[in-house]
Amino acid sequence: MTGQVLELARRSLLQTLRQPAMVVPSIVFPLVLVAVASGGLDAATSLPSFPASSYLDFIIAVPFIQGPLFAMINAGSAMARDVETGFLKRLAMTPMLRAALLVGQLAGVMAVALLSSLVYLAVGFAFGMHLESGALGIPPLLVLALLIALAFASLGALVGLRSGSGEAVQGFFPLFFVLLFLSSMYLPRPLIEQEWFRTIATYNPVSYLIEGVRSFIVIGWDGEAIALGFGVAAVMAVLGVFGAAAALRTRLVRT
Amino acid sequence: MRRSWQVALAVAWRSLHNILTNPAYLLPSLIFPLFFFTAFAGGLSGIGQVPGFDFPAGYTAFQFVFVLLQAAAFGGVFTGFGIAADFEHGFSRRLLLAAPNRLAILAGYALVALIRATMVGALLFAVALAAGMRVGGAGVDVVALIVLAYLVALAAALFASGVAMRARTLQAGPAMQMPVFLALFLAPVYVPLELLAGWLHAIASANPFTPLIETGRDFIAGSPAPAGTTYLIALALVGAFGWWAVRGLRRAEAAG
Repeated sequence: MTGQVLELARRSLLQTLRQPAMVVPSIVFPLVLVAVASGGLDAATSLPSFPASSYLDFIIAVPFIQGPLFAMINAGSAMARDVETGFLKRLAMTPMLRAALLVGQLAGVMAVALLSSLVYLAVGFAFGMHLESGALGIPPLLVLALLIALAFASLGALVGLRSGSGEAVQGFFPLFFVLLFLSSMYLPRPLIEQEWFRTIATYNPVSYLIEGVRSFIVIGWDGEAIALGFGVAAVMAVLGVFGAAAALRTRLVRT
Repeated sequence: MRRSWQVALAVAWRSLHNILTNPAYLLPSLIFPLFFFTAFAGGLSGIGQVPGFDFPAGYTAFQFVFVLLQAAAFGGVFTGFGIAADFEHGFSRRLLLAAPNRLAILAGYALVALIRATMVGALLFAVALAAGMRVGGAGVDVVALIVLAYLVALAAALFASGVAMRARTLQAGPAMQMPVFLALFLAPVYVPLELLAGWLHAIASANPFTPLIETGRDFIAGSPAPAGTTYLIALALVGAFGWWAVRGLRRAEAAG
């Protein structure tokens, strides 16, 4: 099992790394957004009860969610490609374990997500980010980032396996992108004036993912925000992994 | 002249028909501006309370102008995508052979960009007014804002046409999209220019799109606006990208 997982993780990682167009946007686009927002919205830090003294500290949490959205596309597209090219059908005739395929694929995507998270942190520190939780906050922050990446990647794999179409996976991207923008990404929820938007952001699970990551950077060890961040990410990951496993089982039926 | 006009209208009608009969072409250009308007005007509504932010018509109107001009610009970029697709499918080459005046082809595509801007602009106005946007300007100010949006749509369409006619492939999409995206977002998007910080303030001060946004905001607020200078900048952009597009057309002709 371990050997199969490692082999398929290696395949997934190579598939991604050999195409810079799949890695570079997932790192660069979120950082461009951070650069524009931290310059454009720095004035927001003068709002009463704004939790950070620098908008960079506040907005740097967003790439940790936006990056996994790209991971979702990568995982989903890879799975859809395996369906389209008949790789899964050929695999069904081998003694390969189904779980190994899914775990291997997701492990490869998560390795890229880890690399992206380290780049976000490095860029943040290079531009003066202050980590309120201290150095001890970095490991749990990275774990949360990986859990979020697993959640989105498994949802992408689920869509890729169910639809068997790369276009369908791409079509889901705007939906999740909308969820990101309708969250508390730009301002803390209490400071959003429009009540209807605050309500949407409160019901939007992405708000809790952002606030979980943000709490390590801006607030420190905020137990509630961190627990909600881990909790929401875990629920999404469980749903995604079980859904993808069920879809894979259907795809790999030996006929 | 009459035949040129017929060519322009035929190109415009065909592109419009493609847009209106294919939801995949139509919906993104309608939905994304609405989405940005919702996200910015709603999610950033608290920014109106920032000390020094003094926009009389409120934050919804402040963001509306940016989203309107952004939608106009992206309508122009989507027109460039259509040109690139026409080259990929071989339609444009046949069109180049058939048209008595090839500049009319360019005029037809530019006309489509203006029609797109009209559709999305009307939708945005309707949604913004329904959401309670306050318009401080008089009727003439609103007309001035609409004319500004048309000029932005035209400039973006001519820029994207120039790229599309040189590359003649949809793979050049990012080359049409990214410069427009950067020009738009390296401007005072969220707050007025004087509240921007650091490097973004420096870039936004030199960005030709900045005076267009700021004057558009003056129009909607009914504040005194440097309209003459702004229209000169917009016309200069149309002229420069028009030249770029015509040179692109000549390149496409030479490529056969």
